Amino acid sequence: MQQTKARKPFPTHVLVFLAPAVIIYSLFMVVPLLNSLRLSFYETGPQNQLTFVGLDNYINLFTNVNFAPRFWGALGNNIVFFLVHMLVQNPIALLLAALLATGGRGRGFYRSTLFMPTILSVVIIGFIWNLILSPLWGVAETMLSWVGLEQLFKPWLGLESTALVTVSLISVWQFVGIPMILFYAALIGIPEELTEAARVDGASGWSTFWRIKFPLILPTVGIVGILTYVGNFNAFDLIYTIKGANAGPEYSTDIMGTFFYRTYFGQQLQLGNPSMGATVAAMMFLIILVGVLIYLFTWQRRIQSYEL
Amino acid sequence: MSTPIAGPKIIQAHWWYRLRQSLRAFAPHIILFGYMLIALFPIYMIIMNSFKERNAIFGAPFQLPNAETFSLVGYETVLQRADFATNFMNSIIVTAMSLVLTLLIGSMAAYALSEYRFLGNTLLALYLSIGIMIPIRLGTVGILNMMVTLSLVNTLTGLILVYIAQALPLTIFILTSFMRQVPTELKDAARIDGASEYRIFWLIVPLIRPALGAIGIFTMIPIWNDLWFPLILAPSEKTATVTLGVQQFLGQFVSDWNAVLSSLTLAMVPVLIFYFIFSRQMIRSITAGAIK
Repeated sequence: MQQTKARKPFPTHVLVFLAPAVIIYSLFMVVPLLNSLRLSFYETGPQNQLTFVGLDNYINLFTNVNFAPRFWGALGNNIVFFLVHMLVQNPIALLLAALLATGGRGRGFYRSTLFMPTILSVVIIGFIWNLILSPLWGVAETMLSWVGLEQLFKPWLGLESTALVTVSLISVWQFVGIPMILFYAALIGIPEELTEAARVDGASGWSTFWRIKFPLILPTVGIVGILTYVGNFNAFDLIYTIKGANAGPEYSTDIMGTFFYRTYFGQQLQLGNPSMGATVAAMMFLIILVGVLIYLFTWQRRIQSYEL
Repeated sequence: MSTPIAGPKIIQAHWWYRLRQSLRAFAPHIILFGYMLIALFPIYMIIMNSFKERNAIFGAPFQLPNAETFSLVGYETVLQRADFATNFMNSIIVTAMSLVLTLLIGSMAAYALSEYRFLGNTLLALYLSIGIMIPIRLGTVGILNMMVTLSLVNTLTGLILVYIAQALPLTIFILTSFMRQVPTELKDAARIDGASEYRIFWLIVPLIRPALGAIGIFTMIPIWNDLWFPLILAPSEKTATVTLGVQQFLGQFVSDWNAVLSSLTLAMVPVLIFYFIFSRQMIRSITAGAIK
């Protein structure tokens, strides 16, 4: 045992300082998480009695006709949901951040207003867009007609082919503020001397950005990537608000979060199933864990060696 | 002598330079302004139309309310619902309690981790930071079972405990790094004066106030906006929060557009006012935190 502060009795105060945090965190986060994982190896009987069934629930999830199509569907949709965020949200965020970081008039104002949708509840955002895109109100249609494109209008949220991308874009619209602020913080943290030297050498703003600034903010790019991944594979509120637990039309907007909710609590004709719900949650845990590990062991490592 | 020739040239270059600079300064404005319209327009449409009568909402959605179309009928419908006040109180209690307790418990733990070296210090710090990456929602099944056992279902206490557990990992992680920056001399001087460790903790806390403020804002917003845990742990009428209340209310009144627009506006306004007051500090604190 190390003793840096010499001549001290048993450090009760250390225990007092740590106990509340460790107890609440363990009791309401770690233990429930482990219990959920454990429950995925058991079957729940009619009187809530548990029987150990090994990997049966997982086999069920991958092969049973009631679960497998929904699971693969939700996973596929969730991947699309994530890709839309990576390909639309994060590049827009980078562009806005780069423009904000150039300084100049009104930047503080833009920074605050662009971040505003992010602080509103997903429930409110969901309803707002539901109304704006509603054919009943016709706001979106009228706006398209201003530029002569009204024939492009469709009830995007109601069509199987477009609902998922539309919901993803609404989510992008709301959350673009977070990566924007993270990129912005990284960009204004770059020392002036580095870009100054390039400017003296006659480099354009464009090449200064990609050759000097972007490589320097790669750690932030990684953080934004992993935050997007974890947030997306854990999403639920927006789709539940706009489309309900059934994630219609025809499950076309179903992602892991809504699939978990339906499996655990049941829906119109199907009773809820705690064990299968726990199994879906365990799969979400695995998916997120794989992403986090890939991030920690490839991206962060490479970045570190890059800095050396 | 080359000065008389070079003189006008410099002025000319200067003029061109200024034009090019101003063009270059203008392009970001156009993009930022354009995106700002995209970000604000939907919110504006909802708030503006909530003050109009039904025919005007549908007939001329882009027109500002005037003497003829102005109407508060939506707000009357919403405010007649007694639950709205209850929902607000619930949200305020849950958010405030979670916030205060997270900051207190989190800074205590951060102080212990940064100040004392004991066996398993690093391991404990690592254990407490797992929750930064793994979302607490994945333990929902276990949390609900535990709440049933403790009979905390449909209580605000249950929600508060979950939100504290959710916010602690990041709070402790950030506060630990801030606590480390407090000069040791300060604490040693207090120790020589015979102050107890608890007393020293209370001396340190005010020094990290900026960090506490930033974490406070970032803990608050997700708790206030959360739908998942109120829906699952406390869906009863007595315990529903604003977010859940609005969600259920909007579900029932889909066809009453006045009521829908007004309740959306009412749910947004407190958050927007709060944001207008604190947005500068908030963004400054994230940027400051991220640079570290």
